[in-house]
Amino acid sequence: MPISKETLDDVALSKEEYDIIVQDLGREPNLVEIGLFGSLWSEHCGYKHSKLLLKLLPHASPRVLVKPGEENAGAVDIGDGLCVVMKMESHNHPSAIEPYQGAATGVGGIVRDIFTMGARPVALLNSLRFGPLSEARNRYLFGGVVSGIAGYGNCLGIPDVAGEVYFSPSYSANPLVNAMCVGIAEKRRLVSSRASGKGNLLMLVGADTGRDGLHGASGLASQTFEDERELRPTVQVGNPFMEKLLLEACLELADTDYIVALQDLGAAGLTSSAIESASKSGSGVIIDVAKVPRREEGMTPYEVMLSESQERMLVIVKKGCEDKVKAIFDKWDLRSDIIGQVTDDGLAKIMDGKEMVAKAPIELLTSPPLYRPKGVKPNWLEALQKSDFSDIPDIRGDASSVLLRLLSSPNIASKEWIYRQYDHQVQINTVVQPGSDAAVLRVKDTKKGIALTSDGNGRYCYLAPFAGGIIAVAEAARNLSCAGAEPIAMTDCLNFGNPEKTDVYYQLEQCIRGMAQACKILNIPVISGNVSLYNETRDEAVYPTPVVGMLGLIEEIDRLCTTGFKRKDDIVVLLGGTDTDTDSLGGSEYLELVHDLVAGIPAINLNLEKRVQQCCRDAIKRGIIHSAHDCSDGGLTVALAESCIAGNIGIRAKWKIAGRVDSELFGEEQSRIVVSLEPSRLRDLERLATRHHVPLQKLGVVGGSRFIIENMVDLPLDDVTDAWKGGLQRAMA
Amino acid sequence: MRFGVLVFPGTWSDRDCYHVLDKVLGQKVEYVWHKETDLSGFDCVILPGGFSYGDYLRPGAIARFSPIMTEVAKFAAAGKLVIGICNGFQILCESGLLPGVLMQNNHLQYRCQWVYLRVENNSLPFTSRTEESQVLYIPVSHYEGSYYADAETLKELEANKQIAFRYCNSLGEIVEEANPNGSIDNIAGIVNKAGNVLGMMPHPERACEGIVGGLDGNVIFESIIGEVTTRAMGCVKLD
Repeated sequence: MPISKETLDDVALSKEEYDIIVQDLGREPNLVEIGLFGSLWSEHCGYKHSKLLLKLLPHASPRVLVKPGEENAGAVDIGDGLCVVMKMESHNHPSAIEPYQGAATGVGGIVRDIFTMGARPVALLNSLRFGPLSEARNRYLFGGVVSGIAGYGNCLGIPDVAGEVYFSPSYSANPLVNAMCVGIAEKRRLVSSRASGKGNLLMLVGADTGRDGLHGASGLASQTFEDERELRPTVQVGNPFMEKLLLEACLELADTDYIVALQDLGAAGLTSSAIESASKSGSGVIIDVAKVPRREEGMTPYEVMLSESQERMLVIVKKGCEDKVKAIFDKWDLRSDIIGQVTDDGLAKIMDGKEMVAKAPIELLTSPPLYRPKGVKPNWLEALQKSDFSDIPDIRGDASSVLLRLLSSPNIASKEWIYRQYDHQVQINTVVQPGSDAAVLRVKDTKKGIALTSDGNGRYCYLAPFAGGIIAVAEAARNLSCAGAEPIAMTDCLNFGNPEKTDVYYQLEQCIRGMAQACKILNIPVISGNVSLYNETRDEAVYPTPVVGMLGLIEEIDRLCTTGFKRKDDIVVLLGGTDTDTDSLGGSEYLELVHDLVAGIPAINLNLEKRVQQCCRDAIKRGIIHSAHDCSDGGLTVALAESCIAGNIGIRAKWKIAGRVDSELFGEEQSRIVVSLEPSRLRDLERLATRHHVPLQKLGVVGGSRFIIENMVDLPLDDVTDAWKGGLQRAMA
Repeated sequence: MRFGVLVFPGTWSDRDCYHVLDKVLGQKVEYVWHKETDLSGFDCVILPGGFSYGDYLRPGAIARFSPIMTEVAKFAAAGKLVIGICNGFQILCESGLLPGVLMQNNHLQYRCQWVYLRVENNSLPFTSRTEESQVLYIPVSHYEGSYYADAETLKELEANKQIAFRYCNSLGEIVEEANPNGSIDNIAGIVNKAGNVLGMMPHPERACEGIVGGLDGNVIFESIIGEVTTRAMGCVKLD
């Protein structure tokens, strides 16, 4: 049977890929088999364009228990017999089409990845990107995504503790919705996803299977679109209540010896779930689609295998234990059906009752061709990087108004409008709430805490993909260091355009190389991740946006640090930074907001970065400093303002301004941390800074109810606070 | 004394309540699955927060039909202590053990934040350890927490001193800005006529340890423990 081009387009396979299949299979595949190949060879499942690059990222450390690709999520040892399991994933295209359900099911998917491993999810994070809120459609998308995350996550009882959101025209047609979940498990109870042991049973649990989400993996996540609004039927609808039942039942099951493996059904549904699970152990599977409970009549085997109906789980049950497993699901009112078994012939065999409807080697199904196209630095980038800012008027007497503008811009303003819609306290572990540099959770029954953050500046990566990749990692680590936590593991979500274009591939490669270098120098292993390509609409790619999610460990939870200034008369000191006259305006929020300019080259010195972070962590551990806050968007002045707002106390600051005023006040030079301390401890901090070879500069004194930078800014703290607190709310009004 | 923490499908504050009673307050505590039909041996049962049955139809509207709820009604009728927190409050209203309803927040958003509560009646078994008009700092976390009752019911609640807590500012003033959800008369918690069934939207179990932000929730559990201990000793309370 000749396969038409339309059929291949439906599953996003190229003619060349089809030819490989025919050759290796030794025959023409039938329609069901084409569906299997299309899903498993999709960018989303098969990582065709990114796998070779992802190998550049370091994965090893003595703490790493599970590396990327081995299981549904990565895991690291945190001592006390416990491990942290984490992963981040995108749900960009579904959220662009139907923001509430797109975001909700994104949360559902990532949470399943965590409890599938036998870990109880303890935290959610979200990294979001939208077009400017001045446009009604962007407000609709942003509002819908936040409600969707709230609606799903709150129902599960998992606190949503951190995240970030940026607005830029680059994301108008293609918003980014990345969700991260973190779980804690007893090390000895980690559950595998390897379907091994001939004769063990495949049990499908949870929701019935419908036609929703057909071609989600191969179509929605692996191609670009002209008008995404036409694609609403490809978005799944979430049922968080069902997910909560699955979560509790699976964790109960993880405590027994009745099962071999757990594997959730995500992108490409039963196809990827069963086949990847068998692939990991080198076994085979036989599945009877007639045994799969349906929510619609007349579904074909093709549809059953490719359905992306949510809240389903595949359990590999030890033969003979099926009744005991079923009893647990019965208790939770969940449907469970045996739909197949593990074999040892290395084949995926799909039956429809007695008729075999597909048969292919699992090795072939899970080995898509890998591409490494040539990346080329685009000419437009050269031009942007060469920008000269000398034509741009410097700030004269209006630094106060610029500061207020920056503080109230949605990229910098308080994100309370978002996180007050998320339950960020349930499970009562939240020690540092959203709004600081990193969230901190206690680990019950230990002295420890974990710190969590996510970061990724698309504008930096657009202007300098290599440095941008470094900065994404460095800034996430800096956030953790400001909380007093040692960064121990990272997950990521790489959001890029169409990798078949040379400039996009260049961005992808450079960003990954930058991230890899930062991970190596800062000693942070990447333990899981996700790649989202084809983030384009009408030929326009989003900013290259690698989002980094990072985990830090605090050995003693009472030795942590927060952003806000604590005490009157404390002195304020800047750790790090260089004493050069070169401006740091490139890629800054100031440049875009005030001068409508996205240009220049963001830069970073990784060795200085490492020393500054170590110095900060040391100072916190020794109890020398009362607060620490990283300088990022909006630069030093915004960082000082945020520490004042969080501490509800003013400052009088002064420092030598050598070059441009705007660069000194709002430039985004990296590797800088604002700390405050008792004057009597300054000697201790100076000694520490000397030992770490970190520059240190006194900036001012905490106190009063005004925000003062001598000769530059003088504002009542209330005005500063109002600008920052109300910024996002006003933009949404 | 023994606490029972009810678990419905979709409940999530069960583990938090258990943790606080066990680890912070050192009390005997057990989970009670919603399909069970026996509450004997418990002195106080807690209906915790969460999304029982996904809040489908209306929060609490399905959970009220769980087998255990028949026992909760008998337990309450026998004068024993019942406390419904958040979704538990919604279930108690749906099952008629408390008057009124909880509607969607007036701003139509979920709200998770710390709020101030003023104790409106400190002679209840749940508030006996508080000072008169004491202000408590305790978080809320809900989408449907806007309390409503008709004028007649409100009059009755007032007359019988059934209003346990009101949302207030840090000074204890009952003002509109302090109301996180549009509850009528800033009502945050009420008791039944007999005073042994409490429903409240805020989560006292989230404010029992300094490390997670506050200690004011303890006084509610301590009041209950004091009350039950007093009853067990056969003491007569002297007002």
